[in-house]
Amino acid sequence: MKGKSLIFAGASVALAIVMISCGNKQSTETPAANAPAANSAGKPVDPSTAGTVTGTIKLDGAAPKMKVINMAAEPSCNKQHTEPAMTEDVVTGPGGTLQNVIVYLKGDFSQYSFPPAAAPTTIDQKGCQYHPHVLALMTGAPLQVTNSDPTTHNIHPVPKNNREWNESQPPGATPINQSFAREEIAVPVKCNVHPWMKAYIGVLATPYFEVTGKDGSFTIKNVPPGTYTVSAWHELYGSSEQPVTIGPSESKSVNMTFKANAPAD
Amino acid sequence: MSTPPTAPPTNRNVHRFAVFTACCTFLLLIAGALVTSNDAGLSVPDWPLSYGSLTPPMVGGIFYEHGHRVIAACVGLLSIILAVWLWRVETRRWVRWLGVAAVGAVIAQGILGGITVLFFLPAPISAAHATLAQLFFCTVVSIAFFTSAWWQRQRPSVRDAGAPGIHALAQAAAIATLAQLVLGAAFRHKAFGIIPHLFGAVVVTGLIFWLAGVLKRRFADVPELRNCARVLHGLIGLQLLLGGAAWWSRSYSAQFPQPIPVMVTFTVVHTVTGALVLAATVLTALACYRLVGRSDAFAIRAGASGSSQPQQAAL
Repeated sequence: MKGKSLIFAGASVALAIVMISCGNKQSTETPAANAPAANSAGKPVDPSTAGTVTGTIKLDGAAPKMKVINMAAEPSCNKQHTEPAMTEDVVTGPGGTLQNVIVYLKGDFSQYSFPPAAAPTTIDQKGCQYHPHVLALMTGAPLQVTNSDPTTHNIHPVPKNNREWNESQPPGATPINQSFAREEIAVPVKCNVHPWMKAYIGVLATPYFEVTGKDGSFTIKNVPPGTYTVSAWHELYGSSEQPVTIGPSESKSVNMTFKANAPAD
Repeated sequence: MSTPPTAPPTNRNVHRFAVFTACCTFLLLIAGALVTSNDAGLSVPDWPLSYGSLTPPMVGGIFYEHGHRVIAACVGLLSIILAVWLWRVETRRWVRWLGVAAVGAVIAQGILGGITVLFFLPAPISAAHATLAQLFFCTVVSIAFFTSAWWQRQRPSVRDAGAPGIHALAQAAAIATLAQLVLGAAFRHKAFGIIPHLFGAVVVTGLIFWLAGVLKRRFADVPELRNCARVLHGLIGLQLLLGGAAWWSRSYSAQFPQPIPVMVTFTVVHTVTGALVLAATVLTALACYRLVGRSDAFAIRAGASGSSQPQQAAL
């Protein structure tokens, strides 16, 4: 009797371990019913009447000083930097232009359909930093993660509205392909092996977005005529919005400014 | 004062091995705390293997996470050896089963650790993992205590005439300390904020000072209990200072892009000192049960013998 109990207990523990080991292989994620603003059965945007929204994002006030990242724990990355690696929370250019801002349009795009992304959006791990630091892609669009470092990374997005995943990527490994099913501004990404590594991925239901470059500018093309909200998101300063109305084939400029001392939303 | 033993003492080597296991478990607690403080819990995405192997590259957070797993495996092995050894040589059945319970706890602890990795550190599971670690440590420390010559030597029993009884007070301090460690683990794993942990600190500090004061006043002539009081005073004072330092260092380190050594040091030392406080309250409670007889039992004995002199306690 005792022997049977022991066998049962052992089997239970083994079963628990097997169940746990399989537990993280989650089923395919389905998009939230209310998330997409686009309609897969809708019509394509007419390029002859589509307009453009351009603009520049700036920072009002002195940008906080970025911190030096101590990479002593990872010599293979440390020696890739001729100058000390710095954090990228706030990157400004001449005249206070603000880099790494996700600018996107909010509005009713339910009558339109958008073609799937032709190429995957790539994020690379190089010098124990993510390149780019901020990126954006459409829901369901392919995300490709590459590792250019001679060391192992784990890429670990921590979304609130999407499925969390955590995958390791040794040096020279094949790229990791993933996607996000639901809109989310923005998904923080981290590497637990190198805790200073941080990135943000904006996931949007339409192709009307861009991440600002060094000059803080953005250009959102092929926008159907209508009234929208231009929304800008920054990892430290949060969100800022401004309305815009685009007429047929019209191009509008929308400039926005974040206050340097404003807390994030 | 010392009297001959009334039962064959446990093999002295078993006791030494139990002490060794307890020391290794303390190292495991340090390793676990280092994982959390370095935010390295998910640096190894798979479990039970690490990057599909037993020898992953020991870089960055992997060093802490895989190191924790290796030490945990060693402690698990030590626990199994201890349980088998106790089963073979120990005459007290309940001590044998305590060894088995320790093995059960270490297996459960391993599974909880696996769940935390595979399900991305769910706060309740992570807090349960941290709490079970403390309970396992106390179990092994208790086994070391029960197998010691001191525990098995027949001791003169002393009387506790005060109220509340020292047994109840020592129990309350141990239980409150455990509850405080649960609150601390929950805060550390972001299940909720600092306020419950601060409130718990007030309660535990009050109870431990009360217990230590009572031990000093009522049992001034019992050196073991006097020493317990000293240890409790010292540990709770140190832990309060470490708690403040840990809080300051966490706030200070928020401006840095990565965990900084001062934060890691203070939070780890605060966490493992919490384990020492719990072990100290548990051992104090056990020592009280071992040395202090119940008042009603004394009343009966004193009435029967016509004397209020200390009596010999049973094992």
